[in-house]
Amino acid sequence: MRLSEHRYRTVSSLAGSLLFVQNVFEARIGEVVNVLAPDGRSMVGEVLRIEGGTVLVEVYGETSGLDIGHTTVVFTDSVRKAPLSPEIIGRVFNGSFEPIDGAPMFIPEKQEPVNGFPINPAARARPREFIETGYSVIDGLNTLVKGQKLPIFSCAGLPSKEMVAGILTNARLTEGGGKFTVVFAALGLTFHEYSYYMEVLEGMKTGFVAFANMADKPVMERLLAPRFALTAAEYLAFDKGMDVLVIITDMTNYCDALREISTSREELPGRRGYPGYMYSDLASLFERAGRIRGGKGSVTMLPVVTMPEDDITHPIPDLTGYITEGQIVLSRDLHQVNIFPPVDVLPSLSRLMQKGIGAGRTREDHRSISNHLYKYYAAGRDLRRLEAIVGRDAMTKNDILMLDFADAFEREFVNQGLSRRSISETLDTGLDLMKRFSLDTS
Amino acid sequence: MTGKIRGISGPTVHVDLKGLKLFERVYVGRDMLTGEVVRLQEDGAVVQVYESTSGLGVGEPVKGAGMPLTVRLGPGIISGMFDGLQRPLERLRDVMGPFIISGREIYAIDYTAKWLFSPSKKIGDDIAPGEIIGFVQERQFKHFITARNTTSKKLSWIADGEITLGDSFARFEDGEEIMGCFEWPVRIPRPYRRKLPSSGALVTGQRSIDFLFPFARGGTAILPGGFGTGKTVLEQAIAKFADVDIVVYVGCGERGNEMAEMIEEFQTLKDPWSGKQLMERTILVVNTSNMPVAAREASIYTAVTMAEYYRDMGYHVLFLADSISRWAEALREISASLEEMPAEEGYPTYLASRLAGFLERAGVVETMSGAIGSLTMILSVSPPGGDFTEPVAQACLRTGGVFLMLDTSLAHRRHFPAINWFQSYSLYSKKTTLYYNDKVSPEWEKMQLRCREILQKEESLREIAEIIGIEGLQDADRLLMKVAGMVRTDFLSQNSFTEDAFSPPEKTFSIIKGILDFYDSELGKLKEKPSHVE
Ligand SMILES: Nc1ncnc2c1ncn2[C@@H]1O[C@H](COP(=O)(O)OP(=O)(O)OP(=O)(O)O)[C@@H](O)[C@H]1O
Ligand SMILES: [Mg+2]
Repeated sequence: MRLSEHRYRTVSSLAGSLLFVQNVFEARIGEVVNVLAPDGRSMVGEVLRIEGGTVLVEVYGETSGLDIGHTTVVFTDSVRKAPLSPEIIGRVFNGSFEPIDGAPMFIPEKQEPVNGFPINPAARARPREFIETGYSVIDGLNTLVKGQKLPIFSCAGLPSKEMVAGILTNARLTEGGGKFTVVFAALGLTFHEYSYYMEVLEGMKTGFVAFANMADKPVMERLLAPRFALTAAEYLAFDKGMDVLVIITDMTNYCDALREISTSREELPGRRGYPGYMYSDLASLFERAGRIRGGKGSVTMLPVVTMPEDDITHPIPDLTGYITEGQIVLSRDLHQVNIFPPVDVLPSLSRLMQKGIGAGRTREDHRSISNHLYKYYAAGRDLRRLEAIVGRDAMTKNDILMLDFADAFEREFVNQGLSRRSISETLDTGLDLMKRFSLDTS
Repeated sequence: MTGKIRGISGPTVHVDLKGLKLFERVYVGRDMLTGEVVRLQEDGAVVQVYESTSGLGVGEPVKGAGMPLTVRLGPGIISGMFDGLQRPLERLRDVMGPFIISGREIYAIDYTAKWLFSPSKKIGDDIAPGEIIGFVQERQFKHFITARNTTSKKLSWIADGEITLGDSFARFEDGEEIMGCFEWPVRIPRPYRRKLPSSGALVTGQRSIDFLFPFARGGTAILPGGFGTGKTVLEQAIAKFADVDIVVYVGCGERGNEMAEMIEEFQTLKDPWSGKQLMERTILVVNTSNMPVAAREASIYTAVTMAEYYRDMGYHVLFLADSISRWAEALREISASLEEMPAEEGYPTYLASRLAGFLERAGVVETMSGAIGSLTMILSVSPPGGDFTEPVAQACLRTGGVFLMLDTSLAHRRHFPAINWFQSYSLYSKKTTLYYNDKVSPEWEKMQLRCREILQKEESLREIAEIIGIEGLQDADRLLMKVAGMVRTDFLSQNSFTEDAFSPPEKTFSIIKGILDFYDSELGKLKEKPSHVE
């Protein structure tokens, strides 16, 4: 610990958001610095690299107006921390954790480093408790459980925003499930999207904390916002015992910011220009989901990823899929025929579903219903190709039945518009559908 | 020897210490973070730090340990769970709480625990290097204590009965002591007398492996596949059911929840071969994706050294790593921070040789004490975008003995294990088939050939069937399609979450025999019946 702040006017070079400061005494990696521009503006930065007395600082704010000679850099001796208090619930902040809802800043009860600490794998509890999103295709077939990270893979132009809104409004725990809160982080928002989400938040019945990072804010803030959100989520979950659902949209904006910053640092680019450490960087966010053995509370994550060029092998969805525990994949075809939510069941999967369903968790017949629905739908989908070649008339009666079932499944089970279905309604809808087609469900 | 930090960039730290050795372990900063010397320079050294450097400051002290990065080897490792630097995660949790907050060093081995030592040598005996002097009982294993002298010497004293690892187990006439545990540098393979050709099948309990792509003891297997193709589930299934003595499993840069699940299961499920709890034959090394990247790089070495240690006692050890791609990425990150010249996709030029060197640590050996032990390796590979032409998959391909290609389209159809039966191969087929022919049934090999043939034929018929519909095929072809479907769904598919998760070779054989017998009898019926008019 240094006893006083260290102030320097020794900036020797400036490039984009990077600046070099000379003759610094004992700087630390990740140390927060305050940069005071000659015009009196102040912004925050972070120590990136140290070589002897030369320190490379990355500035979060707008760097135009900084100069060599009059710019002051203050070293704070501390890494970046998030202010925390139960009063964050119900509040809206920007990506730098400053209130933007008109109410004054709260008084923090404590501060925690935004990067968090890894959960000791030996301290983790296995996720197994159901969270109801209100969407049949998730709850019934790709069940989300507390402590899981399950992304939504969307494509440009698909209604992921509306889907997120639905989850924000409808997600809840089943009877006696605990205290439930949503932490919502929106990254790279346009004003239009911002207004949309603000309206949704106003209508919410569960507690929430929102972080809105606007598209015109410096890209560094886009990297910081999810870290603030997750630090807040961990605090509510593991300090206050709440079950926290973290929704982050859109991780593609995050990854693009990461690429932009990596390029400006002149790092070696990896696939499609994204940095080689993107896997580890994304993991440092997604792995913060979890439950702790013997403790209350949980952090569950539902990040939204827009697949560039609809390509699931693009590094952003690809690395996400390698870290998360499954994926919910949206489909253009379903959207075109007005099915909402347009979730393609075949490539979607919740890897932690098995332990979270069944008697005592959802319903005894859940597993069987879900397996049968999947099986019949997959069979029907397979036959669509044959139908395209030989025509419906040349197909057997049974094949036609499966084709019709697949259509009905999309229209009636997947499609639910803006309504909310409880898990029981979801399972009944599926069961009724199979009965109507006289399909075996045992 | 102490010095100071001069510069920091990501996980690499420049220090002004002179007289360090390459790969020497270094304690960095006030929190004594563990590091390793990766480059020596005129004015000091570059140190790779194994923990997060966030908050680390210039001017903080550094100290050389005088030895390379090591692990502690001795009784008490089995059923332990360690991070990439062999810190015991359970004890870490007990002292630090649920989050890993600092780089504090905690020994893997408990020096106060009491063991019962049964000597097999007595005073006056001549002890050759590497000879066994007795054992302690570690769970169901005889944990042999070996002498580590370099020339033959006479014992002047040997313990008997209750002992702790802080005590000496025996003494030579010249005063040198034999301890129950010691440190070994992770990057140096443990010595053995000689390597033997890999022998005998390693039964995994997975039908598609044992029957089509068999593993051999002492061999290596590579499991590449895109996300969600079932690498982890398959590795864990093999870790549960493989016919080996000891399993070392490395969660290398993967998920924490997966490990929680694995621990829970291994603490409740039984090893089908010994009937003991699975965890009692397992060692876990876990460095999840959010734990420090450099320790991830070290984790596979930490793990394999422990695996070799038990191999040296004459045990059959299975080493699994999930995923080696994350290790390679860690290597790449370290290489980038050292500003080395990159080769393909940013990986360092030495990627392939490092990997080959690592895989060489597998094998069947005659140990220093004359026993036969084996170390089998299974590595999963996570190719970006499921593209197998990338450097890590390619480097693995060159050295692996079994190659199981996991297929995204099979996984999407929920055919698990999603092993592509056309593109996978085993170089151990010949030898292991002899084993199964002998142990299970002399028909094993014949059936294997027929099974492959059926799958091949199905593939060529499938295209036709897709155009004219299955009804348009001839009876014999339709029958073949039906039988191939049975082979795929009733035989090759094996759900790891049901009773079927483990299939002993006898069951494997009886299922395929059932299907082929059905095929033969239906073929017979077709022949009797006049074939329909063309
Ligand atoms: N043998 C199996 N039996 C039943 N289901 C399986 C099997 N293998 C895989 N699955 C299903 O596939 C999912 C993904 O498998 P797994 O986690 O092993 O993939 P992975 O290849 O390790 O993916 P990643 O690279 O993302 O870690 C599982 O959660 C499970 O639902
Ligand atoms: Mg996996």
